[in-house]
Amino acid sequence: MATHSLKDRVAIIGAGCTPFGEHFDKSIDDLIVDAVTETLKDSGLDFADIDAYWMGTYISGISGLTLSRPLRLEGKPVTRVENMCATGSDAFRNAVYAVASGAVDVAMAVGAEKLKDNGYSGLISPRPQDDGTRFGTSAPASFSLLGPAYQARHGVDAETFRDAMTHVAWKNHANGVPNPRAQFRKNISKEAIANSPLVAGNLGVLDCSGVADGAAAVIVVRAEDAHKYTDKPLYVKALALVAGSAAGPIDSTYDYTTFPEVRAAAADAYAQAGITNPRRELALAEVHDCFTPTEILLMEDLGFSEVGSACDDVLSGAFDHDGDLPVNCDGGLKSFGHPVGASGLRMLFECWLQLRGEAGERQIATADRGLALTHNLGGAPGDCVSFIGIVGSQLG
Amino acid sequence: MTTDKSVALTRFSAYVPKYRVSRAQIGALVGQSGRGKRAIANFDEDSTTMAVEAAAPIVADGTQPDSLWFATTSPAYVDKVNATAVHAALGLPSETAAYDLGANFRSGFASILAASRSGGLAVMADVREGKAGGPDDKDSADLAAAFSFAPDDGDPAATVLATASRSAEFLDRWRLPGSMTGTTWEERFGQGVYGGLGDAVVRDVLERAEVALSDVAAVVVTSPNARAARQYAAGLQKRVGGARSSSDLLDLLGNSGTAQFGVELVDQLERASAGDLVLAVSLADGADALLLRVGERSASASLPVRQQLEQVIEVDYAKYLLWRGRFAGESARRPDPTRPSSPFASRNVDFKFGLQGGRCRKCGTVQFPRPRVCLSCKAMDDFDDVSTAGRTATVATYTIDRLAFTASPPLVGAVLDLEGGGRLQCELTDVDANSIAVGNVVQMTFRLINTVEGIRNYFWKARPADAVATTEES
Repeated sequence: MATHSLKDRVAIIGAGCTPFGEHFDKSIDDLIVDAVTETLKDSGLDFADIDAYWMGTYISGISGLTLSRPLRLEGKPVTRVENMCATGSDAFRNAVYAVASGAVDVAMAVGAEKLKDNGYSGLISPRPQDDGTRFGTSAPASFSLLGPAYQARHGVDAETFRDAMTHVAWKNHANGVPNPRAQFRKNISKEAIANSPLVAGNLGVLDCSGVADGAAAVIVVRAEDAHKYTDKPLYVKALALVAGSAAGPIDSTYDYTTFPEVRAAAADAYAQAGITNPRRELALAEVHDCFTPTEILLMEDLGFSEVGSACDDVLSGAFDHDGDLPVNCDGGLKSFGHPVGASGLRMLFECWLQLRGEAGERQIATADRGLALTHNLGGAPGDCVSFIGIVGSQLG
Repeated sequence: MTTDKSVALTRFSAYVPKYRVSRAQIGALVGQSGRGKRAIANFDEDSTTMAVEAAAPIVADGTQPDSLWFATTSPAYVDKVNATAVHAALGLPSETAAYDLGANFRSGFASILAASRSGGLAVMADVREGKAGGPDDKDSADLAAAFSFAPDDGDPAATVLATASRSAEFLDRWRLPGSMTGTTWEERFGQGVYGGLGDAVVRDVLERAEVALSDVAAVVVTSPNARAARQYAAGLQKRVGGARSSSDLLDLLGNSGTAQFGVELVDQLERASAGDLVLAVSLADGADALLLRVGERSASASLPVRQQLEQVIEVDYAKYLLWRGRFAGESARRPDPTRPSSPFASRNVDFKFGLQGGRCRKCGTVQFPRPRVCLSCKAMDDFDDVSTAGRTATVATYTIDRLAFTASPPLVGAVLDLEGGGRLQCELTDVDANSIAVGNVVQMTFRLINTVEGIRNYFWKARPADAVATTEES
C-alpha cells in the first residue's frame, strides 16, 4: 500500500482567475461564471467539452448544484469538495485523479468563495453542533502560538522573529502591487506592518491574510492530449494531501514549531516528483501564508530552509521576488487575498502564468527551472490538513 | 433538636473571589459615600461555579457525601436543579442525591441542617446585586462555602452538639421572583424582631447541649438584615465576654445571602482551637442556631478565609456593571456563539463537567476527553478513566486573543500540560493578561463560558494556583 506517482500523466491546458477582493457587486454565481468563462476561453473549449467538474467551496455553497446552477449545466457530473483551506487544491486533485483513471477525458476544477456577504471582517467558519467545550479562540490566536514556541526552541530572539514576520508581509504586499488580480496593490512600509494594531499575541492586523471574494479554475486532460489544446501545457508532477491526526492540541509532545502534516505531504510530493533539493529545483513556490509566522515555519517544513534558520533566510531576501526561490510572487494570501475555496487554484493560476512566461512585469527570473509548488494548510497548528502540488512545464 | 452525637462535621471550605469594587465608587454614582470594598465574582462565575469552587477542595481527598444540598438566592436556573451541575463538576457518583434549596437567606442554614442529618455535603453560594449605586450593590458580597458531614469517627473537624429553630412570618426583606433587586422594610423593625428570635434559639441550643453561654469561644451571626446581624453578634460577644465574631467580614467583603453564614462559620472554625465551642446563629425569617465543638482536625480544606482576603484584584464599578450585564458593552464583531447541544453535553458530561479523561492502558498516554483511539499508540477503546481533581497544570504557551468572543475582552488562551499527564487548551481567568509567563502553575476552575439562548455553557478554565495552604500545621 502506497501513494503512487501520477507524474506526467495529466496536464493542465487552461486556467483562469477572477480578481480577488471585496466584490460587493458580485454574487458567488457571478464569480463562478467569470472564472469558468475565462478558463474556457483560455483553452478554447466550451461547457459541453468538459466531461466532469469538481467544485471547491468552503462555505459558499452546498453540493454540485453550486456550480451546475449558475452555469445551467445539463447532465454533467459535479462534485462539491470541502477540505478547509485545501478545498480548491483538493478539487484539483480529484479532477486529476478522474482523468488519470481514464474515467473522463476532460475535467475542470473550480474553486470559489464569497466571504464578504456576511457582514463580518474576519473569516466566519460554520461549526458542527458541539457540547460547548471547544476552545473558542480565533484563527490568528491559534497561529500566534507559533512565534514564541519557535523562538524558545531555536534560540531566536523576539525582535528577529518579528523582523522576519514583517519581511514576509512587506514582501507579499510588494509582490501584489504589479498583480492586477490582487486584493491589495499597495506597498506597505515595514514600520506600518510592525506597528499595526494587535489582533492576537504579537500578530497585528497586517500579519493576517486578506479576507476576499474570488474564484479560479483549471482544466485538466491526459498528458498525451495536452498539445491538442495548448502549446504550453503544465504537467502534474505530484499531488499530496494529509489530514492530520488533529491531536496536537491535546498532545504534550507537540511543540508548535512545525507542521507535521506539511512535512509528511512534502516528503510524499517530493518523492512523487523526484525532487531532492526543492530550494534549487523549484522555480517558485506558492505557499499558504495565512499569517506571517506560518510562512516562516513553512520554509523549514517545505525543505527550503534548514531547521532553525528560516528567519535568517527570510531576512536575507532568499524568498523575495528576485531571491533564489521566489515565494508567493503573486502576493500570496497576504495581498492577493484569501477566498478560502479559491486559493489553491489561484496558486495554480500563478504557476500557469509564471512557468509559461506570461506573468508580465512580475515574471520571475527562475522560470526556466520549470517546476512550481503550491501548498495549502487548513485548520490550526497541530490540527490541520495540508496539500502540496507540484506542476512542471516539461515532461520527464 | 438535640443532634445524634454520632454526626460530625468532617471538612469545610470557603471561597472568596479575588475581585473587589470600591464602595465609594458605587456610592458616588448616586451621590453617596462608601467605605472599603465589596467582594465580587468574576464575569465568568455564577452561584453554581462558585459552589464548585468551594466544594471541590472538600471532595478532593475522596470524600463521598451521601447527598448534596445547594443553597443560593441567585440560582443559575429555576425549574431545573443547579445542584446536579455542582454534583457533576465534583465527579460525584450518580447515586448521590443532589438538591437545591429555595432561593432565600435561610436556606444556607437549611443546607447544613439537611447535610448534617444525612452525612451529606452542604454548599452555599451567592452572587448578590442591587440597584446601581444602592445599598445592595454596595454592601453585598459574592461568596461560597461548603461543609461535609459524616458519622463521627472520633476525630472530626467539629461535632454538632445541638441545633434550634424558630420560624416567624414577617416582612423584613423580600424580592419578587425574576427581579434582580430586593426591598427592605425599615431595618429597625427587623432588628427588633430578630433580637427576640435570636434569644429564643440561643437559649434552646445551649439548654439542649447543656452548656453555658460563657463557655462559647466564638459566635457567628448572619442575617439578610446586616444591621440586625451586627447588633446581635455584638450583644452575644458582650454577654459571653470576649468571644470571637466574624462580623467584620460584612465590612471586608459584604453580605452574601446564603453563603454569609457558611463563610463566617468557616472563618471561625479556622480560627478556633480544639475544644472550642462555636455558636452560629442565622436570623432569617425566624432564627436558627447551631452549636459546634471544634475537634483536633479543624483545618480548612481550602486556603483560609483570612488568607483569601489578601488576594485582591480591584475592578472599576463600570466594569463590574458590564460584567453583570447591566448595560451592553461593545463585543467582538463576530457572530454570537452557538448554543451547546444538550444530548452532546450529556454524552460528554464526564469531560465537560467532570474534566475526566482517559489513560491508555497500552502506552500510558493521558488524553482529554477519553478518546476511542489513542493519539500515541493507536490502541482502541482501551483506557482507564483519569480524574484531574485537585491537579495543577503548567502553561506550555499562551496567547492574548483580541478577536475571540468573550464578555470581558481580551480572551487569554493557554496550552496547559497537566500534572500527571495530558494537555488541554483552555482560557485563563482571574489573571492579569500582562503577568502570564510560560511555566506558570495554574489550577483548573469550573466557569461559565457563555450563555446562549438561555443555556449556561459551563466548562473549565485555569486560574493562577493558590499559594500552598499551610496544611502541615493542622
